Amino acid sequence: MSAIFSRRRFLIGSAASLGAIGLTGCDDITQSRHVQQVLSLAERLTMGTQRLIVSPQALAREYTDADVSPSFHPNGSTQPNSAEYVQMVETKFADWRLKIDGMVNRPMEFSLADLKKLPSRTQITRHDCVEGWSAIGKWQGVPLGLILQTAGLKPGARYAVFYCADELEQTLDGSGRYYESIDLIDAFHPQSILAYSLNGKDLEVAHGAPLRLRVERHLGYKHAKYVMRIEIRERFDDLWGGNGGFWEDRGYEWYAGI
Amino acid sequence: MTSIEQTGTAPPSPPTKIFIRRHSVSTRITHWINVLCLTLLLMSGMQIFNADPQLHWGNYGAVEDPSWFEIASIPAGDNITGTVRIGRLSITTTGILGASTADGEMIPRAFPAWATIPSYQDLAAGRRWHFFFAWLFVINGLVYLFYGLVGGHFRHDLAPTAQDIAPRNIWHEIKDHARLRFPQGEKARHYNALQKLTYLIVIFILLPLMIGSGLTMSPAMDAGYPFLLDIFGGRQSARSIHFITAWSLVAFVVVHIAMVILSGLWNNIRSMVTGRYAIINEETDR
Repeated sequence: MSAIFSRRRFLIGSAASLGAIGLTGCDDITQSRHVQQVLSLAERLTMGTQRLIVSPQALAREYTDADVSPSFHPNGSTQPNSAEYVQMVETKFADWRLKIDGMVNRPMEFSLADLKKLPSRTQITRHDCVEGWSAIGKWQGVPLGLILQTAGLKPGARYAVFYCADELEQTLDGSGRYYESIDLIDAFHPQSILAYSLNGKDLEVAHGAPLRLRVERHLGYKHAKYVMRIEIRERFDDLWGGNGGFWEDRGYEWYAGI
Repeated sequence: MTSIEQTGTAPPSPPTKIFIRRHSVSTRITHWINVLCLTLLLMSGMQIFNADPQLHWGNYGAVEDPSWFEIASIPAGDNITGTVRIGRLSITTTGILGASTADGEMIPRAFPAWATIPSYQDLAAGRRWHFFFAWLFVINGLVYLFYGLVGGHFRHDLAPTAQDIAPRNIWHEIKDHARLRFPQGEKARHYNALQKLTYLIVIFILLPLMIGSGLTMSPAMDAGYPFLLDIFGGRQSARSIHFITAWSLVAFVVVHIAMVILSGLWNNIRSMVTGRYAIINEETDR
């Protein structure tokens, strides 16, 4: 095939696709697998760049009590309805235990009282939803890094996966279960905490009682609510949709720093 | 020649058409990549806006908080009314904003299906389109800045001269533009003062505002560069400024296209594609 022919074919192809944009709208193009693969290059570029130009220790801005939102907007699951969770709410989470397992030297369990006895961090930070809104709240909780250090990570550990009590999408196969994953840079960030309190009160059900993750340099969907178990893993592509989180399996970026 | 001048009875010399090289290859390529990027950024941006169709000012802002701008969908019996609210002023916009038809059915939607990428509501997909073309737009802009500085485009073509920015000249040009009288002949060789000032505002104010306010919405960027929050007055203010600046750019493009059409569509388009721009000299300037 001559170079000219293939160039002509390329030009015709380009013109045809531009015509397609103009005539039929973009949905055929937006749904094309190849297009999606090309577009997803941006996520890697964004993550690589932000990791390069934002120090791993850089802190999200902390605000003052005066800046706190009058009412913190609850989003996503606000009332998990599984029998186990409803039971836990009734008993005020007395029997709830946070499990830490996977690639750790000492698998552990913590009751809510155990967690509240550990050193805590309080931070007034801004919660940024992927939809566009923001709310400022005062969070108190245990630094995730402290918990992970106590459990001791095995060599090869790369991700912390959070398993939650809520099913945001009702499914028969459990694929609607909420989960999230972060890497160790974010897990050991000083502002990454397992929060049990919002604005000076025990976390309400709508905000993820008894425990939610705060990972302040990411959008809201990374901040898993109703955390039941943290598993340390080398990979997450073998879990549910393979993309590392409930929303990630539904098309959202795993790297949610933007 | 001398004798002609002396007699003063020379017939007017016929109009001469000459071609000049109006736009460098870097200007032309970056211009059309910009057309592609800004179109797709606007359409995917409207998709993203639809996920939370209201704007706040300050650090925080969610549905519970007061908003200064909102595209609302209000159910009215079996129908839906669409409204745009700016402050306390509310305008009914059913059919376009707040309520529009998709597949023959009236649905609640801030921006209509025909204006967004994808046409159906899909925030995740809208974000992927937006960030991909935001990167292409930024890289393209850097290439343009590099050639603009090194190749002298800014110095030679865009920097206004003292004569350009004399109030009298600007007033004169405004009057001429209003009468749709555009520079001809030798004067058409260069951008006029209004063009220079408009392009400078777009290149050095609006587009950087777009990028800066966009980055301020990134929680990771805010952690690394907290001054962004101070410049824009908080993340929700940045979102508002991103929105206002986007529509300022749309306004620029509308006027820009109108001027392209009115001042010689084919000549202008050719000059931005091939670089060749025709100038007709009605009389020989001596």
